[in-house]
Amino acid sequence: MDIILVKNLTKQFNKLTAVDHINFEVKKGEIFGFLGPNGAGKSTTINMCSTILPVTDGEVFINGFSILSQRDEVRKSIGIVFQDSSLDEWLTAEENLRFHAKLYGLTNNEFKKRKQEVLELVNLWNRRKDVVKNFSGGMKRRLEIARGLIHYPAVLFLDEPTLGLDPQTRANLWNYILRLKYEKEMTIFMSTHYMDEAEHCDRIAIIDHGKIVALDTPRELKKQVGEDIISMTSKQKTELKKELEERYKKEVKEKDDSLQIEVEDGEKFLPRLFNELTTKIDSIELRKPTLDDVFLSLTGRAIREEEISTKKRMHQPIQIRQRR
Amino acid sequence: MRFIQTIYTIWQREIIRYLRDKTQIISILFQSLMLLVISGAGLGQMFTLNNFGVNSIQFLYPGIMAIGVAAVAFFSTVSTVWDREFGFLKEIQVAPVSRIAVALGKTLGATTIASFQGLISLALAPIIGVNLSFVSIPKIILFLILFAFAISGMGFFIASFIKTTESFGLLMQVIISPMLFISGAFFPLTNVPQWMKIIANINPLAYGVDVLRQIILNNQVNDISNNLFLHSISTNILFLIIFSIIMVGAAVSAFDKKE
Repeated sequence: MDIILVKNLTKQFNKLTAVDHINFEVKKGEIFGFLGPNGAGKSTTINMCSTILPVTDGEVFINGFSILSQRDEVRKSIGIVFQDSSLDEWLTAEENLRFHAKLYGLTNNEFKKRKQEVLELVNLWNRRKDVVKNFSGGMKRRLEIARGLIHYPAVLFLDEPTLGLDPQTRANLWNYILRLKYEKEMTIFMSTHYMDEAEHCDRIAIIDHGKIVALDTPRELKKQVGEDIISMTSKQKTELKKELEERYKKEVKEKDDSLQIEVEDGEKFLPRLFNELTTKIDSIELRKPTLDDVFLSLTGRAIREEEISTKKRMHQPIQIRQRR
Repeated sequence: MRFIQTIYTIWQREIIRYLRDKTQIISILFQSLMLLVISGAGLGQMFTLNNFGVNSIQFLYPGIMAIGVAAVAFFSTVSTVWDREFGFLKEIQVAPVSRIAVALGKTLGATTIASFQGLISLALAPIIGVNLSFVSIPKIILFLILFAFAISGMGFFIASFIKTTESFGLLMQVIISPMLFISGAFFPLTNVPQWMKIIANINPLAYGVDVLRQIILNNQVNDISNNLFLHSISTNILFLIIFSIIMVGAAVSAFDKKE
């Protein structure tokens, strides 16, 4: 069953069409990513799906309920972590959870059991009596995730969950998100404008100017722009070129001092190469197309570069780690 | 059942926040003291109301008490604006709960805090030399709760339109100042120009002051009462009940339409 079904969803703000007749569905248990630059319509879509923004046109079904006619059922079916904190900073972690639990109609017993469960999941159990004002940005985000889970929603919406967090906290947060998927089989719908984060998703919709320009698994999307590139250097360049051409029937490109071939599945191809090559090679590099390349080829430009200064610094270490 | 639980949960949060914010408690205590002791004693000397047959502090006390309660009720509803500014409102908006219950919870939160301010004023009465009969005290308390509810409802209605704390503060000044002056707290509204009478007739504060004054002065004035009081107690109370219902109803629909 599709847990989220979006049909022709549209949002018009005066003359601006923020979301333009989009269609997609999210399957139970998957992490579905919404990738696009700031202002592409990601938050607008999430706000419409979570019933806090009226739709201009179209329809969304969540867990089988219509956001137009069954708002309360939809609200019970979703947990949501907004882009900006929506905690009460004057309350303790536990009081924030209790407030939420009561509004969602949990009994006292259910609340007692689940608060421990969700707080332990995000490692905040021993901070439960602390006032949220004293929490760091990462702790607040984790508490919001715990809060979003306590009523056992069918879908968890995360709107840019790692925005403004340092690299280490972001990596930790991803561990929690992945744990949710594997331990709780939670369906997660998230938006992000970080390419490296989108790689964790099972499927990605790339959105630009309110339209979905591509929707597939990260792997398939990257295949669209090209294959993995292996470049090698060797002192016996001509021998190597000959061997590559004869053994693998590949087109070998010469670029500066290196030789390049394109292969379908770089990780699997490298060991073969090491085992079979007789010519000595000095260095080897595998480069996979990134989602940056995908976005570039789909829209003709890179994900907006304007607010890059601080954010780039923040997300570069992770990108480097992942390319390795 | 869910409805009552939602009201209680929203109300409880308002109270926890209030109790946790020590500056709020202190400022409310201080405000009561300042209004009653300082302005009561000071203004008491200026106004010679002997022609009304009552002691001036006796005349001013109910008005000042009503003003204090109204001011706290108003400013407690600023929490809705904070919620919007700091994002917490989204948590409430996305919850599967009745909007009426949310509005009632919020309004009752401000009502509770404002009533607390009223109780402080009441406790200060003997210190500043106001005569209160024992029978009047439960009447005063019950009425203060209704009055605080009406003003909180109005505050909540206004707050549901406002985006930032700054504009809320400004708007409150613009709305609350005329309401304070034309409330009958400082001078009787029986012999004022027609335009002022019209304003007084739609000013919930005037009704509050009128009732409190009637309860407190009940056994101290007799024949001159027609010059001091505007309406009968039951008319005043009926007005405030209808006013509350309209305000909370308007606030609910404003809250539902937002965003």
